Amino acid sequence: MPSDARAPLGLKLAAFGGLAFLLAPIALIFLYAFSTEEKSFQWPPPGFTLKWIGVTLERTDLWEALVLSLKVAAISTALALVLGTLTAAAVARSRFFGRETISLLVILPIALPGIITGISLRSAFSLLDIPFSTWTIVLGHATFCIVIVYNNAVARFRRTSGALIDAAMDLGADGLQTFRLVVLPNIATALLAGGMLAFALSFDEVIVTTFTAGNQATLPIWMLEELVRPRQRPVTNVVAMAVVLVTVLPILAAYYLTRDGEHTAGADR
Amino acid sequence: MSRAAAAPAIFAPRAGLAAGLADWVLLHPRMFVFLLVLPITLWLGIVYIGALIALLIQSFFSIDEFSGMVVREFTLKTYGELFRPYNLDIILRTVAMAAAVTAAAAVLAFPIAYFAARYARGKWKALFYIGVMLPLWSSYLVKVYAWKLVLAREGILNWLFAKAHLTWLLDAVLAIPVIGGNSLSVSYAGTFLVFLYIWLPYMIIPVQAALERVPGPLLEAAADLGATPRQSFSLVLLPLALPGIAAGSIFTFSLTLGDYIVPQIVGNSRLFIGQAVYTQQGTAGNIPLAAAFTVVPIAIMGLYLWGARRMGAFDAL
Repeated sequence: MPSDARAPLGLKLAAFGGLAFLLAPIALIFLYAFSTEEKSFQWPPPGFTLKWIGVTLERTDLWEALVLSLKVAAISTALALVLGTLTAAAVARSRFFGRETISLLVILPIALPGIITGISLRSAFSLLDIPFSTWTIVLGHATFCIVIVYNNAVARFRRTSGALIDAAMDLGADGLQTFRLVVLPNIATALLAGGMLAFALSFDEVIVTTFTAGNQATLPIWMLEELVRPRQRPVTNVVAMAVVLVTVLPILAAYYLTRDGEHTAGADR
Repeated sequence: MSRAAAAPAIFAPRAGLAAGLADWVLLHPRMFVFLLVLPITLWLGIVYIGALIALLIQSFFSIDEFSGMVVREFTLKTYGELFRPYNLDIILRTVAMAAAVTAAAAVLAFPIAYFAARYARGKWKALFYIGVMLPLWSSYLVKVYAWKLVLAREGILNWLFAKAHLTWLLDAVLAIPVIGGNSLSVSYAGTFLVFLYIWLPYMIIPVQAALERVPGPLLEAAADLGATPRQSFSLVLLPLALPGIAAGSIFTFSLTLGDYIVPQIVGNSRLFIGQAVYTQQGTAGNIPLAAAFTVVPIAIMGLYLWGARRMGAFDAL
């Protein structure tokens, strides 16, 4: 509904006021990361320094948390890529008994509040006598990462013409060749975008993790402890800034990837 | 897949175990689909759904008040406990907060979405896109942390009020019973602001999607036919945006209902449903009551979704 008319002043003020409300707190994170103040959240910052970045880089507990977070996010994303793509292929390509149930099932972990997923997984782990480990965190994360990959892949499968696969096979490609040379190149950018979103989601997840983590701390768990009992304010400021950068950059990349992927080969037969 | 069956008639079967297996699977489409959905069924269908059902069943157990052990017999006693004044307060407090956050998010989101849909273009459109996407995708904890910075006693908000000589106004707000408190970071007003900030993008996106679909000439026609701006807003624009607002409210409402981290960090010591679940299953060790508490948001959202569906909210997603 774009219009050439000029916006009324009141609307303009409300819209840009809202935008400022959305962006100002994030801008604040970047300013505080360089503040010289140690003991409080004093505004305006008394001075600016790069010192805390160095201090943060030397913290071993942070590095351990970061490595664990990256590991969990990588494994969960890999699991979600396999499971999400398989499910999407089945749902998009064929009709079978229970198809609707499966497409609902995939969405459930993200539709229900995280606390419900977390508490039920925790009670399942204790029921099955599974000790908490990196793998229990991964299982929790993969559960809600699947839907992200699935959504991206199913949309792409629907846009990719099935005739391409039939043509490849008619021309003598076997199943694996068809997958590697025809199917995979067609869904690659969708998988990349879905994988990035899943990675970002897992990297940031805290609610399910508090239930499935045991004694290990991922980066969000470290952050949560710092929020509940602040000990190292300047270090937390730097970590917060780093986390914004790490989560936002893949999102922007994913946006540019999917934006250009609207026209897919073979879609118009 | 049916045309694949023709392949072996022309070409000889390929050598190699992997290729042979792949061909065999492709020649049996039912087997192929079965193999595709097997992993997801095993994981989500059995482990995850099993865990959810186990949790539901636990809500029908009760806890022995003397030994603290779970009594594995069917009873509605635990659900009865939800209606004790203390627990009922928790539920009502959470629902009231979710409703307030949803209403405020709708009011705040509308002008942003309307401006972005109707007037913004070029680099302004991109700015509005980023302005919504950046807070949406930034880390949840970092957003809460940012508000800790904003609301701190020595923080920017108090400083702004002091600079504008409006400290009396802030004090007046904090003096209001129930929503006020010693400072913003330990009051419901503070909790409300953080919730509003965190869930606002979830309202803007569906409202903007709904408004993008409103044809511009419709509003011009309303104006030509003599409608005042106020009339064309309430009689044309708002009814068309309503499904979008309903869709956004599903997110803001359900996310506020289930959250337990925001009220723990910014707010007073009174519990919300999420916190009640967390303390009941953790320190209190009362899994049946925790399970009964988790059923509350599910039930409320069930009702809510039923209502939203009748308003056509799902067409705007």
